[in-house]
Amino acid sequence: MVTVVHENLEDTDAKMSARDVSVYYGDKKAIDEVSIDIPTRYVTAFIGPSGCGKSTFLRTLNRMNDTIPSARVEGDIMLDGEDIYKSGMDVVQLRARVGMVFQKPNPFPKSIYENIAYGPKIHGLAEGKDELDAVVEKSLRRAGLWEEVKDRLQDSGTALSGGQQQRLCIARAIAVDPEVILMDEPCSALDPIATAKIEELIDELNGRYAIVIVTHSMQQAARVSQRTAFFHLGKMVEYGRTSDIFTNPLEKRTQDYITGRYG
Amino acid sequence: MSLTILLLLALGLGLAGWLAARARAWTFRKASPTGRLASLPSYHAWYVALWIVLPVLVFIAIWSAVAPGLVTQSVLAAPAADQLPAFGFQRQTILNEARAVATGAAQGVFNPLAREFVEPYRDALSFYNWIGIAATLVIAFLGGAFAFLRLKPDFTARTRVERIVMAILLGASLVAILTTIGIFVSLVFETLRFFGMVNPIDFLFGTHWAPDPMSNPENPDATRYGAIPLFWGTLFIGAIIAMIVAIPLGLMSAVYLTQYANPRLRAWVKPTLEILAGVPTVVYGYFAALTIAPAIRDLAVDLGASNPSSESALAAGLVMGVMIIPFVSSMADDSIAAVPQSMRDGSLAMGATTNETIRRVLVPAALPGIVAGVMLAISRAIGETMIVVMAASTAANLSANPLDSMTTVTVQIVAMLTGEGSFDHPATLSAFALGFVLFMVTLGLNFIALRVVKRFREAYE
Repeated sequence: MVTVVHENLEDTDAKMSARDVSVYYGDKKAIDEVSIDIPTRYVTAFIGPSGCGKSTFLRTLNRMNDTIPSARVEGDIMLDGEDIYKSGMDVVQLRARVGMVFQKPNPFPKSIYENIAYGPKIHGLAEGKDELDAVVEKSLRRAGLWEEVKDRLQDSGTALSGGQQQRLCIARAIAVDPEVILMDEPCSALDPIATAKIEELIDELNGRYAIVIVTHSMQQAARVSQRTAFFHLGKMVEYGRTSDIFTNPLEKRTQDYITGRYG
Repeated sequence: MSLTILLLLALGLGLAGWLAARARAWTFRKASPTGRLASLPSYHAWYVALWIVLPVLVFIAIWSAVAPGLVTQSVLAAPAADQLPAFGFQRQTILNEARAVATGAAQGVFNPLAREFVEPYRDALSFYNWIGIAATLVIAFLGGAFAFLRLKPDFTARTRVERIVMAILLGASLVAILTTIGIFVSLVFETLRFFGMVNPIDFLFGTHWAPDPMSNPENPDATRYGAIPLFWGTLFIGAIIAMIVAIPLGLMSAVYLTQYANPRLRAWVKPTLEILAGVPTVVYGYFAALTIAPAIRDLAVDLGASNPSSESALAAGLVMGVMIIPFVSSMADDSIAAVPQSMRDGSLAMGATTNETIRRVLVPAALPGIVAGVMLAISRAIGETMIVVMAASTAANLSANPLDSMTTVTVQIVAMLTGEGSFDHPATLSAFALGFVLFMVTLGLNFIALRVVKRFREAYE
């Protein structure tokens, strides 16, 4: 079955593009020939039932699947026209350009300040303490966390609430000035109020970074994204404007999923 | 002999109680309209059996401590007792000989007087033997009857047995603690005797160690009991040289095994490394004395040292370091592996290399566990004896040169206790004072290690 891509997408400037990407875990095929263009200026949501491969596909975009020994990727994934799976690709540099926020907040057991300063330090993005301070403040401000933590930057990052921890992780990703931010179900471990704050934050970051978000919640996809891709059983079933996908899906399986008939 | 009889008796009575109680529970079960009991018949059986066996075991434990005294008491009432020497060694020898003949452990006596006591001993032994058996029977009967009469269809034998088992487990864990306390108390006692002869200040801060077991015990020369060279030797060999070897190697092997090694290699290397912990330290001692120490001596000669010792602190320390690598690496391995995968992912997703992730995230997060492992390794190293005996000599030198021969606290404890001095000579008693100090230091280190591990458990979430 072929992916249905809506024709009214005028995204000529694709930040990342995947062509016929398949992912295997050992012999098992987890992703089957997915092709998609991730636009520069929008939030793209991947939706679909559990185990449909949306998180796996997300992790191929910054080669986090490399950390799983049995995972194997076929096909091409381009970042600004450059194949990120070509031999000699600097994976470390790639991950600095394509940042990631995980399902469960995972701040390092260090101070809030050190959590943010970690990336700039290892990549040499800041010279001296003043510059580092500035990067930390800017990142925390962008993540909407500055006002809450500015007086206790030396406290442990793990002492924050779940929602604050997740915003700390977003701030940490922002600190290395990425071009793309991948978010793997960033709100699934959070309560509704913390979720609302993260969604607000995604709205604010939209336009500055290309954002890809995997989510279980269709309402969340509808609220924060402009493009939506529906995944099912390792295939991308349908891709289009979020408004079209939710109001006027072309595929029956998409229709069934968003009306809550399965998944 | 009589102890075996009593133990077998206890088990036999327990078995009888078990069978009787189970039979009784079965009759309840048959009589009950629902065919169900509050507890299964086997729990009734165990309840009664435990009530028989446990009190009897307690009695046997007490009896076996008390009975010999009672026997001797009654033997001394014999008419021949007047001829015994009043006190001391000879009196004891005679009694022991008579006892040996009476129990059949010896055929004849060396001392003619002992022959007089053989019969009284034989009588007393058999008398108290019967008393013991009778008391065992009475106690078993009382315990069994108490438990048996409580059996009813709705008796909750199951929860009772549970409680008794819990008490047994508690008792088992108390044994180790009580033993430690007992050791501690006996150490303190002997240590105080030593400090009555030698001033603790001289002992703890003196820098000259040369106790003379042949000197007059009434008036020891306190200046020969300065333990600083021993403490320094222990620290230098166990905590400094050994750790310089063990910490980097242990840590690096742990990092390699958790982060880089493929699972098949890890499955092979990790157990191999842990087997090292089971090698008897004597074997390491040979290695240190026969291979490492001469090699170090040759090296020292090549480097221009004049007349280096063939026994050096360096040889002992290096081998000891190798010996404790498994302790460090196994604890470090566990605590690095316990750092959640999400930490590692988080760091890698920031564009950190594996190496940066290890240095800046994993090792700091695992640090409390690593520190605890190092603490345990140190307390193991400073308690180590054999390697030092074989490779670092018994000469108490206060020196910072690792090529000098040195000695440690444990080595001196062995030397003093196995020396020629009498048991109440200060030179011998000094072993207890050394042991006491060592005990306190390792106890303190273990305490710190446990505290650190406890904090480690609260590190995430």
